[in-house]
Amino acid sequence: MKQKTEVLQGTLALMVLKTLDVLGPLHGYGMARRIEQISGDLLAVNQGTLYPVLLKLEQEGTIASEWGASENNRRARFYRLTREGRKQLQVETQDWEQTAAIIGRFFEAKAEDLS
Amino acid sequence: MRSLRRFLTRLMNLATRRTHDERLREEIEEHIALQTAENLSAGSSPVEARRQAMLKFGGVEAIKEDYRAEGGLQFIENSLRDVRFALRMLRKSPGFTAVAILTLALGIGANAVVFSVLNALILHPLHLPQSESLYGIQHGNEASSYQSYPDYLDLRDRNRSFDELAAYDAAQVGLDTGENTARVWIVLASGNYFDVLRLQPFLGRFFHASDEHGPNSAPYIVLSHDYWHTHFQDDRGVVGRIVQVNKHPYTIIGVAPPRFNGTLVFFNPGFFVPLVDQEQVEGVNDLNARGKRWLFMTMGHLKPGITPLQAVADLNSVGSYLEKTYPKDDDQRTFTLARPSLYGDYLGQPVRAFMTGLMSLAGLILLAACANLGSLFAARAADRSREVALRLALGASRTRILRQLFTEALLLSLMGGALGIWGSVALLRSMSAWQPFSRWPIQLPVNPDAYVYGVALLLTLASGFLFGAVPVRQVLHTDPYEIVKSGSIARVGSRVAIRDLALVLQIAICAVLVTSSMVAVRGLVRSLHSDFGFQPRNALLADTDLSMSGYRGDSVPEMQKRMIEAVESIPGVKSVGLIDWAPLVSGGERGAHVFTDMTTDLRPSNAAADAFTFSISPEYLHAAGTALLSGRTFTWHDDKNAPPVAVINHEFAHKVFGSVTSATGRYFKQHDGTRIQVVGVVEDGKYDRVTEDPRPAMFLPMLQSPSTQTYLAVRSDRDPGQLAAAIRSTVRGLDAGLPLYIGPWNKELDTALFASRMAATALGVMGAMGAILSLTGIFGMAAYSVSKRLRELGIRMALGAQRKEVLQAALGRPFKLLAFGSAAGLFLGILASRVLASIVYQATPRDPLVLAGVVLAMALLGLLATWIPAQRALSIDPMILLREE
Repeated sequence: MKQKTEVLQGTLALMVLKTLDVLGPLHGYGMARRIEQISGDLLAVNQGTLYPVLLKLEQEGTIASEWGASENNRRARFYRLTREGRKQLQVETQDWEQTAAIIGRFFEAKAEDLS
Repeated sequence: MRSLRRFLTRLMNLATRRTHDERLREEIEEHIALQTAENLSAGSSPVEARRQAMLKFGGVEAIKEDYRAEGGLQFIENSLRDVRFALRMLRKSPGFTAVAILTLALGIGANAVVFSVLNALILHPLHLPQSESLYGIQHGNEASSYQSYPDYLDLRDRNRSFDELAAYDAAQVGLDTGENTARVWIVLASGNYFDVLRLQPFLGRFFHASDEHGPNSAPYIVLSHDYWHTHFQDDRGVVGRIVQVNKHPYTIIGVAPPRFNGTLVFFNPGFFVPLVDQEQVEGVNDLNARGKRWLFMTMGHLKPGITPLQAVADLNSVGSYLEKTYPKDDDQRTFTLARPSLYGDYLGQPVRAFMTGLMSLAGLILLAACANLGSLFAARAADRSREVALRLALGASRTRILRQLFTEALLLSLMGGALGIWGSVALLRSMSAWQPFSRWPIQLPVNPDAYVYGVALLLTLASGFLFGAVPVRQVLHTDPYEIVKSGSIARVGSRVAIRDLALVLQIAICAVLVTSSMVAVRGLVRSLHSDFGFQPRNALLADTDLSMSGYRGDSVPEMQKRMIEAVESIPGVKSVGLIDWAPLVSGGERGAHVFTDMTTDLRPSNAAADAFTFSISPEYLHAAGTALLSGRTFTWHDDKNAPPVAVINHEFAHKVFGSVTSATGRYFKQHDGTRIQVVGVVEDGKYDRVTEDPRPAMFLPMLQSPSTQTYLAVRSDRDPGQLAAAIRSTVRGLDAGLPLYIGPWNKELDTALFASRMAATALGVMGAMGAILSLTGIFGMAAYSVSKRLRELGIRMALGAQRKEVLQAALGRPFKLLAFGSAAGLFLGILASRVLASIVYQATPRDPLVLAGVVLAMALLGLLATWIPAQRALSIDPMILLREE
């Protein structure tokens, strides 16, 4: 169980960084909606799990947050990518692509390739 | 880098107790509001829209928990919470807490003390640079390291394994600094001594090999730092001062560094003088006598890369050269290496054996304490099973509950450890300052250092985990459903619980301790009443060394005779005898090779015996109370002009002549070929140690073998204090400057009995600790068992059970465990006591008195410990009790 959430958290963090990179400053709900739209039902059940991840990222300094006004004029907390977050995103994107490429090659490999 | 920043932020949050709860609440509200709005616009009813939004968000509490975990440092927060809770629990049961802390303090304190002594004597004895490569040379065939000066020079110059070899001897001198003459123990050291030990002076300079130019050529003194501090009041102007040593002028040239007191760990000399001055210091010149082994020890640093084994082979090749070159003086020159701090293996071996034994006993005490606490803890955990069950039912994980229990255990052990260490430091301080003998500068520097604190802390933590682990199984098997349903675990009965095992273990350990302490104490009592070959009661011993006041040659026996006559004339004095080396008091080897009359080749290997040699006045045997078995004692006519005669002991007669009756009138030869006639035979005695086997000894007339060392044995029924004063003033009347020690003879035996006395004390304390621990252990068990079964006992009584049956029901089990544990402990103790027999004189476990004593002690302890619980069981009023629940 625990391991699964950890994997999820790690992936979620990367999704948060990418979302903020593409869309600019967003509040929690907005982010949850975007991630939901793109990833299907990964976050459909527990949108709340996003918030601990946001706090962790903020403490690491990859994102920053401040209060602002939401669409319906309520107080909402807006998150944005910091310079360090941008760097981090680049590194992690590269890592991810590399890993994905390797795993992909493994899946494509056939018995003859391995002999 | 990023995780570091995160850690610091979290630490800050923890410290400032800042939480993000408020912010999260707002964000959640906003989130749900937005989701609800979206659901509304999709056409849901307001209630349904909000419900769906909440569902989609997930468990708010769980997320809050996660959020909090991210914000702070959960581990530390939980630990702090555990500590607070544990403190509350401990405060709630002050009796248990006090017993637990005291038990642990005893156990850990005992270990800290014993380890500190072990550390000071064996592990880190000398505070010298590179002391790990410093070795003393001792003989291959016996644990002693005496060397003659010429042999030392050969060893020094011919070996290829040591950087350099130094030698030293211990001696006593009269030091005159302008006031009174004071007796001071000093070290006579070879010129290279300080350089070999790689020391730098604290003040002034040391003497060096280049200062030695033949006998009495280097009248220099290097003061020890302690002596400089106590006798010269830290006067830095002391360097260059001229003082009198045995009436010869000596210059103080320097002060040794602090904490350096020679290389014997317990012996603190006042100052250091070059060996070449032996004649002025000890009154004899043995620098050229190859057969006289008087140097206390030879030692040096091994060259880098040389192993002790290689060094021994190298030394043995020097030894065989010596045997071949000087067959008359040197035989069996084989060597081994040993640490110099406890005089090689002579003291090193017994001390190591004893300290190892003591350390294991201390370990056992701690183990017993842990078993004790473990069973108390298990009992507490059983009492708290409802609380545990409730917490489990509310969703606490078992690890979380175990962590709470361990926190409590560790907290207790830390408090107990702190108390124990505090107590042991106080005890060690006073032990370090303690000078057991007025006659010897002996002190045990056993102050704790970092090692001791480290080991004590380690033991503290280990014991916390050990007794904390006892209830683990219990907690892991708790079934919350059953317990909450039935209200309590009323499963007191036949099953062997861990705490029963712990109690048996603990009682067995305590019985071992009680057994060994009884064996030791009994051995000591016997050794105090054993036959020394003289009667130390009702006698005083007054001693001095005439060489300290400048007596030489013929003036020595003349003065000694005058002293004897003067003391004899004191009213109330029955008899006065003189001996040059009081048995069991002076200490050390006084062996001389003797040969049968037929032997012509007087090499050591042909010797018939190695006999203790004493020179005495005619009255000595009478004054000392040594029984003459046959023949006669000396008269004043046995002087230089008369043929040499001797009185020998039973063992000597037996060994050299084969029988006691035929010994009188026969002759034996000394090392130098002198023929000596035996005129009398006396009983055997103890000469060097109380534990020694019978050894041959001979007594020579003081006029035929004069010595400046003077012990007067004064037999009298008068009050020792008054008599001592009278003797002092009488001797003062003869020579006011003569330094004199006077004391009751049996008190002077303290030195000889010191080892067994210390051993018996240490073991006695261990035994007492063991007894206390078993007392608390049985008490805890019995009290618990009674309190658990109060209701059952009440019902029994209501149904007409007799007192005896109630007692049997309540206390049968603790008593059975006690009997079982005691039997096991007694058996183990008897096995362990064999080790003791080698240290404590006449310690034998197969002593009916000891066996009976142990059984009686354990039974008494059992009675004592179950007394209060038994009273409680008997005072049960069934009516009140049954009405209560």
